[in-house]
Amino acid sequence: MVFEGLSGRLQDTFRKLKGKGKLSEDDVNRAMREVRLALLEADVNFKIVKDFVARVKERAVGQEVLTSLTPGQQVVKIVYEELAELMGGEQSRLNLASRPPTVVMMVGLQGAGKTTTCAKLARNLQSQGKRPLLVAADIYRPAAIKQLQVLGEQVNCPVFSMGQENPVNIARAAVENARSNNRDVVILDTAGRLHINEELMNELTNIKTEADPHEILLVVDAMTGQDAVNVAESFNKQLGLTGVVLTKLDGDSRGGAALSVKAVAGCPIKFAGMGEKLDNLEPFHPDRMASRILGMGDVLSLVEKAQANINQEKARELSQKIMQQEFTLEDFLDQLQQVRSMGPLEDLFSMIPGFSSAKQLQGLKGEDFDEREIGHIEAIIQSMTPEERRNPTMLNGSRKKRIARGSGTRVQDVNRLVKQFEESRKLMKQFTDMGKKGKKGKKGLRLPF
Amino acid sequence: MRFLDRFRKGRGKTEVEPVVEAEPAVPAASDETESEISEPSVQIEPEEVTVSDLEPVKKKEGLFARLKKGLTKTRENITEKVEQLIKTSRRLDEDFFEELEAILIQADVGVNTTLELVDSLRQGVKEQRLTEVEDVKGLIKEEIAAIMTTDRDNSLCLAAEPPTIIMVVGVNGVGKTTTIAKLAYRFKQEGSRTIIAAADTFRAAAIDQLQIWADRVGVEVIKHQEGADPGAVVFDAVNAARSRQADFLIIDTAGRLHTKSNLMDEIAKVKRVIQREYPDGPHEVLLVLDATTGQNAISQAKEFYQATGVTGIALTKLDGTAKGGIVIAITKELDIPVKLIGIGETLEDLREFDAAEYVEALFA
Repeated sequence: MVFEGLSGRLQDTFRKLKGKGKLSEDDVNRAMREVRLALLEADVNFKIVKDFVARVKERAVGQEVLTSLTPGQQVVKIVYEELAELMGGEQSRLNLASRPPTVVMMVGLQGAGKTTTCAKLARNLQSQGKRPLLVAADIYRPAAIKQLQVLGEQVNCPVFSMGQENPVNIARAAVENARSNNRDVVILDTAGRLHINEELMNELTNIKTEADPHEILLVVDAMTGQDAVNVAESFNKQLGLTGVVLTKLDGDSRGGAALSVKAVAGCPIKFAGMGEKLDNLEPFHPDRMASRILGMGDVLSLVEKAQANINQEKARELSQKIMQQEFTLEDFLDQLQQVRSMGPLEDLFSMIPGFSSAKQLQGLKGEDFDEREIGHIEAIIQSMTPEERRNPTMLNGSRKKRIARGSGTRVQDVNRLVKQFEESRKLMKQFTDMGKKGKKGKKGLRLPF
Repeated sequence: MRFLDRFRKGRGKTEVEPVVEAEPAVPAASDETESEISEPSVQIEPEEVTVSDLEPVKKKEGLFARLKKGLTKTRENITEKVEQLIKTSRRLDEDFFEELEAILIQADVGVNTTLELVDSLRQGVKEQRLTEVEDVKGLIKEEIAAIMTTDRDNSLCLAAEPPTIIMVVGVNGVGKTTTIAKLAYRFKQEGSRTIIAAADTFRAAAIDQLQIWADRVGVEVIKHQEGADPGAVVFDAVNAARSRQADFLIIDTAGRLHTKSNLMDEIAKVKRVIQREYPDGPHEVLLVLDATTGQNAISQAKEFYQATGVTGIALTKLDGTAKGGIVIAITKELDIPVKLIGIGETLEDLREFDAAEYVEALFA
């Protein structure tokens, strides 16, 4: 398959390797060829791939792997480590000035997502108690100022604009304005431009001289191809970038640009745009990204999401109920809604280790995890009376018919849900019984992992 | 405060609540000039720009010359490297082919297409018993031209009876709105009556952006409020096109990632709305692709094809250093013809895609 992710390609390769007790140099070479092709298909820049593969290979054919008991695993580990390092090692944050206002300048090609990112960054800073000021310095694209104004209103952040005035003057006046209005971060939204457009690149240099920014962030579309290197190189040479924001990472692009940009511009990727909503700007975690690319799952992100979205109180209540075997359909619905509030299911699945490979093995595709399916389950439960939710055994034929009609499903669907629920309740009973026994008999519950 | 009140009064007609706006009006400069500058110039500006934007376009320059100029960077990148390679390589050995592979991959042609291309080149060299590096250049050109020349028609599909309905789709930030403006400009130049539907009701100020372009070109826009149902906008636009006897109706849709199934469902619905009124429409579904995009463009094309039955591709931003090799991969892997290319920022910089000419310009 051509469109398999990078992780899919690497996993295929290493599945073959994993079976072997010992690796010959030939094996490693074959694996490296696959790594190379996969990275190229993922839009990692050609030259960077070359260096990368050479580095991995050097370590792979060395003692480290050949003497290891699980050489296949060892290669995966090396690839992962090198990938994470290539993308920037440790996580990096926004540099704030010791004496406010901090000036952040956003630059990039047309359509990379600068304006949206500006608004997202403003929201992000506000949530940390900062008082940002958005500055509309894109005087070329039609309605760009209006766009920033609308977004500014949505995140409830003031927008500084001076119409079609020279962007250099705008930048100067904006910093003044921030100072006198006690705004501590100034976010400059500059116009999108080609990195080879001298006139416009000079404009950026002038803005830089005038506003003296603490951060110059290059906004890069995660779908960018081989050209990402040229873009990052030119912007870096002219302006001296301090960081990169990778946008549109919520698509299915394999994000090779992320690998390239860091290597070329030498500055860290600070944020990742993960969706269209204005709070979808997340800190970029190179290590997590690397493990995600390799299909090793992203458990940390999942846990963080869960902590942010799941009500602790409710969770405690729930575990109590499970222990006392009082878990009802009502609780089930509750739980379902909490999980959904964490974002699209598919995103969550992609974070679970081994899931991407399981998905591949079964030939499953994204649409098999249909959100609508869950919508149906919700509808069915919501069409029940509170009493029925607490005690599904009372459901008879005519009640089921009513519920099916109310939820727009069929009686079979209602039956299936009830049956599944009963089964999971049984399972929970077993678990809790075992748990109790364990306490008494000092024989702990053994989990299958 | 008095000043703020004055400021608010002055902007009474703007839709956006100007309260947050008010702050910028206080900077150090004198009050009078400031309030003038801060006046929402977005609405006023288009008139001025119309003149300055249309005038400097050099009409006399031939199509080929402009295309060549627009593709200069692309050409420099591929051709120069190939030529350099030909000059520096003395023999047609494996190193030569490997280096050729590198060049094509770096042009975003894609691994599979590159490998096949180089393989068939190898075979060609063997069959024709070529030994001179110089001769290979012609062969590369032929190989790529063979991929690019399809049986499919590269011109826009027209309706038997006007209006011809063109739906424009694509991911965020590829240049849909600009491409629509360029397209409308061309239709207008040809003397056709064109209506544009502002069905991007999602992105902030997308409707304003389209309206400004439409004013510059001088065509009508059918629009609703931001956040309105795009299906409803399209329904109105289709009826307007019918009653006003427009020749072309171009529909601007919101950018969406092809992986978001709910948004892809939405765009499929927009298409159904058109089909309810005009069963043979939309006559053209144009997928706009950014030339800077890497291999993901193929994935985009596939998903949008599935949802909307894409009939043609418009490749934008070819005036950068992006090498546009993705066109080769797309034509090869999908049966969707590239119909238009964007090679600059003025309204005239939209060209019909001509495979032969493209390859020629690439290797001229």
